[in-house]
Amino acid sequence: MTTDIKIDYTREIGVVGRRNKAPRSVLRHGLLIGFGLVMLYPLIWMVGASFKESSDIFTEIWPFPDPVVLENYERGWRGSGVGFGTYFLNSTIVAVLSVVGNLFACTLAGYAFARLSFKFRAVFFACMMATLMLPHHVLMVPQYILFANLGWVNTFLPLITPKFLAVDAFFVFLMVQFLRGLPRELDEAAKIDGAGPWRTFWHVILPLTLPALATTSIFTFIWTWNDFLSPMIYLQDPRTYTVPLGLNSFLDASGDSAWGPMFAMAVLSLGPLFGFFLAGQKYLTTGIATTGLKG
Amino acid sequence: MALTHSRPSDTERSAPGSEPHVVRGSEDPRTPRAARGLRSLRAARFNERLAPYLFLLPWLIGFFVITLGPMLYSLYLSFTNFSMLAPPEWVGIDNYIKMFTNDPKYLESVRVTLVYVFVSVPLQLAFALMLAMVLNRGLRGLPIYRSIYYLPSLIGGSVAIAVLWRQMFGHNGLINQILDVFGIEAQSWIGNPNTALGTLIILNVWTFGSPMVIFLAALRQIPQELYEAGAVDGVNKRQQFLHITLPMLTPIVLFNLILQLIGAFQAFTPAFVVSGGTGGPVNSTLFYTLYLYQRGFTSFQMGYASAMAWVLFVGIAVVTVINFWFSKYWVHYDD
Repeated sequence: MTTDIKIDYTREIGVVGRRNKAPRSVLRHGLLIGFGLVMLYPLIWMVGASFKESSDIFTEIWPFPDPVVLENYERGWRGSGVGFGTYFLNSTIVAVLSVVGNLFACTLAGYAFARLSFKFRAVFFACMMATLMLPHHVLMVPQYILFANLGWVNTFLPLITPKFLAVDAFFVFLMVQFLRGLPRELDEAAKIDGAGPWRTFWHVILPLTLPALATTSIFTFIWTWNDFLSPMIYLQDPRTYTVPLGLNSFLDASGDSAWGPMFAMAVLSLGPLFGFFLAGQKYLTTGIATTGLKG
Repeated sequence: MALTHSRPSDTERSAPGSEPHVVRGSEDPRTPRAARGLRSLRAARFNERLAPYLFLLPWLIGFFVITLGPMLYSLYLSFTNFSMLAPPEWVGIDNYIKMFTNDPKYLESVRVTLVYVFVSVPLQLAFALMLAMVLNRGLRGLPIYRSIYYLPSLIGGSVAIAVLWRQMFGHNGLINQILDVFGIEAQSWIGNPNTALGTLIILNVWTFGSPMVIFLAALRQIPQELYEAGAVDGVNKRQQFLHITLPMLTPIVLFNLILQLIGAFQAFTPAFVVSGGTGGPVNSTLFYTLYLYQRGFTSFQMGYASAMAWVLFVGIAVVTVINFWFSKYWVHYDD
């Protein structure tokens, strides 16, 4: 409904607003808002649907619920088996530890590549850059065999351990790029003051890399929270499921009949992402813009 | 921050708590001063040589144990039959031959993936560039618009959105409800082999926000003088775009193109969730990665799955190289 109104509105202004500036910018804002609403309409509709009675979901394109019902959230939270409380807890554990791991390992490696000189640096750096290109699927099968042999299936270890070993080359690269932008004099000054590499890293460099650390944290959290394929491979016991697995199994179990509870849980699963999105917008957009440009 | 302005001689005398040398805490206070100095100097030098490797240690372990090792093992497995129950059995290039001559489902997954990649990525980039151009005109509220358009790319790969898509394009879904207003008859968009892939393409196009943000940043870098010079020569908007903006932007177009191509080749979640893991109807959404997953983790044909992974790897590499190779004909570098 809303969408057609928007289009009419902008068209009308399009005719009027050719000459002077004010109508032109109104036209532009009108178009941008209209297009933005079209884009976000499915999302808005889903949030609305999660508060609707089941019968209304299939008949209403108007996104706002009337009456507002919370039953979907109760039914969804109970889920079809283990329940979403467990899934959310699992997802949180995996995502938080992944962030810690990436911050730890990728920062250390990034610092070594960007600021320290050692034998084989060029070779290792080339290797790191090459892994950026490597599709995950090439490693999927052997990694599964490796982790299965270690008895790690149905634990979070296969999802978390790689993060502590800087396997996400993207973030190492991000750190290297960021550190290259910091003046070399900082390291030299620290060296003159008698600080070793560790102290220089910890007290001088790290506080200055806060934007890169924030970008790494936000993206790691979002990507791990959204990840579906790896948890699906390693977590077969429903008690270890993360939220995406929970959503998918819920969809399978209740078929197309339980859209209300389904949307309720989908909305909840997007909650933390929205939170990070709102809190870290600046870092998110500048983060991808700068890595993009300097690459 | 520990960046003090003292010279080394000062730090020597400073309180023990400040630890001017890395190994100072371990020193015996009764050691003569000169010897202590020499020893700590040696230790410092040793530390300096070792330190880079300590910093790199997690990455080194990760690279050799979780990346390079598995990579080589996967290459080996691709020449075997392996179900995890018995040891791998060497079959030479049989897996690769079978893929291209005796597995119609495989060829179908290649076709589906190519259509998906080569339709959705150009559309996605076109939207991204268009919106970036509009947003780059000193508009008020730019951060808000940027966020609105960026949001879908952040969540587009999640199961939640795939679930939403499955409802939207299902028989009783939102799209049909909207079309009903215009009197268009309902159909199941994801149940129809002719339209199922289209819904996934729309989903990918919807996530044009992240290339858009990169375009926006790039537009800011174009020197204003070029436009001023253009204005002096009396170029119109269209010429301005074709002869100034677009050429200056081509390196970023290439960058976005490669990034999005690599991403699209590896898409998995939407196809899996929307088709319920089957790649149906009639294999019309059988993405390459989905078929790879089925072979490896549903039928436990780990050798075949590994061979598929290597073909994907080579395929992505070839497309990337071709892109770079062709780029010299259309990418403008400012030097």
